[in-house]
Amino acid sequence: MGRTRVTGPVSPVAGRLWQSEPMTFSVQVDVQLRAGVADPQGSTIERSLPALGFEGVSDVRVGKSVRFAIDAADQAAAEATVDQLCQRFLTNPVIEDAQITIEPAS
Amino acid sequence: MAPTVGVVQFPGTNCEFDVVEAVASLGAESVILWHQEADLGGADAVVVPGGFAHGDYLRPGAIARFSPVMESVAAFAAQGRPVVGICNGFQVLTEAGLLPGALQKNAGLKFRCGMTELRVESVDSPLTSRLAVGDVVRIPINHFEGNYTCSDEDLARLRDEDRIVFTYVDNPNGSMGDIAGICNAARNVVGLMPHPERACHDLLGSTDGRLLLGSFLDVA
Repeated sequence: MGRTRVTGPVSPVAGRLWQSEPMTFSVQVDVQLRAGVADPQGSTIERSLPALGFEGVSDVRVGKSVRFAIDAADQAAAEATVDQLCQRFLTNPVIEDAQITIEPAS
Repeated sequence: MAPTVGVVQFPGTNCEFDVVEAVASLGAESVILWHQEADLGGADAVVVPGGFAHGDYLRPGAIARFSPVMESVAAFAAQGRPVVGICNGFQVLTEAGLLPGALQKNAGLKFRCGMTELRVESVDSPLTSRLAVGDVVRIPINHFEGNYTCSDEDLARLRDEDRIVFTYVDNPNGSMGDIAGICNAARNVVGLMPHPERACHDLLGSTDGRLLLGSFLDVA
């Protein structure tokens, strides 16, 4: 998103007061298969563990993690955009859920 | 006049020329539709063929559905024109929302490649008008993510509305209800994991694919 170009003799300080600078947020999206959806990768890993000597491991679920940075006016705007992005692209809502973590980039 | 079949090509598609060859052997013409182009080239029917569109990154079909060509394919489908997605093309059509459900990794995490027997469940589809319910056709599969999954409500709807087109005689991938292929509510869009274009010549071990693609050309 481009910043609005201000014309005329406006002091830089005054301009900044009414037009907030976009902030950068770092985002982590954890994509998991929905509860109840069979996870062939998870169950294959789980079945192989006893052969390797690891006992007592259960409920193995495999997902993926996507990290990125995003510019937005504030936390709420960042959350709204990331939510959309997850719904439309990063997850397939038929079989997947996402857990989203957003914090201001350091 | 012989119909023209539009065959969609994404980066990573690898079955487009098999489809062109099969369609030609049935007397029709083809036009390759590069994914960046929105023009369907005057096609009378569209095939979204198999392969690994965009490397299957993120999920099979996830990136492909945003290509300009897919908007045109969706509009073409909305007009009631025939569209079939084969294998990766089926995955693309589910991601694009043209067909319900999703295709997950095969049960047992096995890449399955071989001849399968399919039972025809509905003849009211663009791929099955030359067949009868209960017919068994031999069509090969070649996939890692062909495990059809949908909500219980969607499965009930598919059954109630006679939209399961093919089932596997011997389920190779864990698909719900042994589903190998389905159609949309308007019955003009079909997706299936098996490859009819690879069963169109005696040398390939089956010519049953000619019945499916022949049916498709009948409605093109």
